Amino acid sequence: MSVIQQRSIRPAIRLWAALAAAAVAWTALYLVNQPFWDWLVGGVIRLDLTTRLGSGVHFFFYDTVKIALLLAGIIFLVTVGRSYMSVERTRALLGGRREGVGNVLAAGLGVVTPFCSCSAVPAFIGFVASGVPLGVTMSFLIASPLVNEVAIALLLGLFGPGPTALYIGSGLVIATIAGLVIGRLKLERWVEPFVFETRLRGQVVDSTIGLSFADRVRMGVEEVGSILKKIWPYLLVGIGLGAVIHGWAPENFFAQYAGADNPFGVLIAVVVGVPLYSNAAGILPLVDALHSKGLPMGTLLAFMQATVALSLPEMILLRRVLKPKLIATFVAITSIGIIAVGYLFNAVLPS
Amino acid sequence: MQIKILGSGCANCVNLEKNTRTALATLGREAEFIKVTDFAEIASYGIMRTPGLVVDEEVVLSGRVAKPAEIADLLDKR
Repeated sequence: MSVIQQRSIRPAIRLWAALAAAAVAWTALYLVNQPFWDWLVGGVIRLDLTTRLGSGVHFFFYDTVKIALLLAGIIFLVTVGRSYMSVERTRALLGGRREGVGNVLAAGLGVVTPFCSCSAVPAFIGFVASGVPLGVTMSFLIASPLVNEVAIALLLGLFGPGPTALYIGSGLVIATIAGLVIGRLKLERWVEPFVFETRLRGQVVDSTIGLSFADRVRMGVEEVGSILKKIWPYLLVGIGLGAVIHGWAPENFFAQYAGADNPFGVLIAVVVGVPLYSNAAGILPLVDALHSKGLPMGTLLAFMQATVALSLPEMILLRRVLKPKLIATFVAITSIGIIAVGYLFNAVLPS
Repeated sequence: MQIKILGSGCANCVNLEKNTRTALATLGREAEFIKVTDFAEIASYGIMRTPGLVVDEEVVLSGRVAKPAEIADLLDKR
């Protein structure tokens, strides 16, 4: 083996060793989290864990650590996985697709393509100007925030795989159908004309080509840092409120007002959720606490989806390319989808 | 050399400009900086993920904030 080959192999081994060590450390921390806080809050500080104060304090610390671990783990995996996917490749996959199949594919790609809301407008122009149908483009744009990796991490940790699968499945269905409806309504006249007049020039640079595996791992670590840095205040406020609800709100307090038997529960959840601009990190600890107080899953999912998918800042951004009538239509169709799915879940999973 | 930073003005574009200036400084070169915030113009470069970096009218980077060393590499070839 030549010296050059040896040099290129050693960093690879070191990288895999570091990844394995990180995985072991992560698992160990996750496993000792509950026993540790049981011991510290219950044994050392001597708070009775069955009292409001004791269970509230325990919940706050235990949940903060659990959620931070889950976020770090899942954001890392998602970022590395997604680095193999790009908006450019997505557009190429969607080009020339018929509506129907195109909408389903667009919704799926909206979930797996790395994408942030500040890129919604250039992506919209890029898709539509290159001939992707409006309805298919909208399926992509709706699915992207609706099925969110932070929400997936938190749902998986707080509620398990069942509700997580329901969340992903319902998001895909809503995005597919909403895009199909917008396509059928032929709303192209409500898109700002400059979008269709935009001519793409030059060579498109795919940002993911030429990255080594080490680069992708580094991107994963950086993404974990930047997302945690951005959401920790929401997370702490969310968990704090959750702890208060957990410890102090009487059982079934919320269920009484917004339980499964309240026909307006889901509707109220969406109306409250839309203007409450937050992200999954702030909302989900709250959702967890509300669930433990008897609120049904469908209502909570609708609340969460309305909060993350129909945010005012995103609407303002989209106003650059869509006329108000199309934005209103988009909000109305997506809201109807979220409400319908909420009622469906409440019917299937009453508690 | 003319450098354009493409993006609506979010944190990513600010960081990309900062890293590009650092890269230029390490190379000891100067460039004219232009910020492009108009969406139609951004999209016309074929960019669908901001921020974008355009050097002498050619897109060299899009969708992520590269480190100064990587940008220096990209600029050094020109």
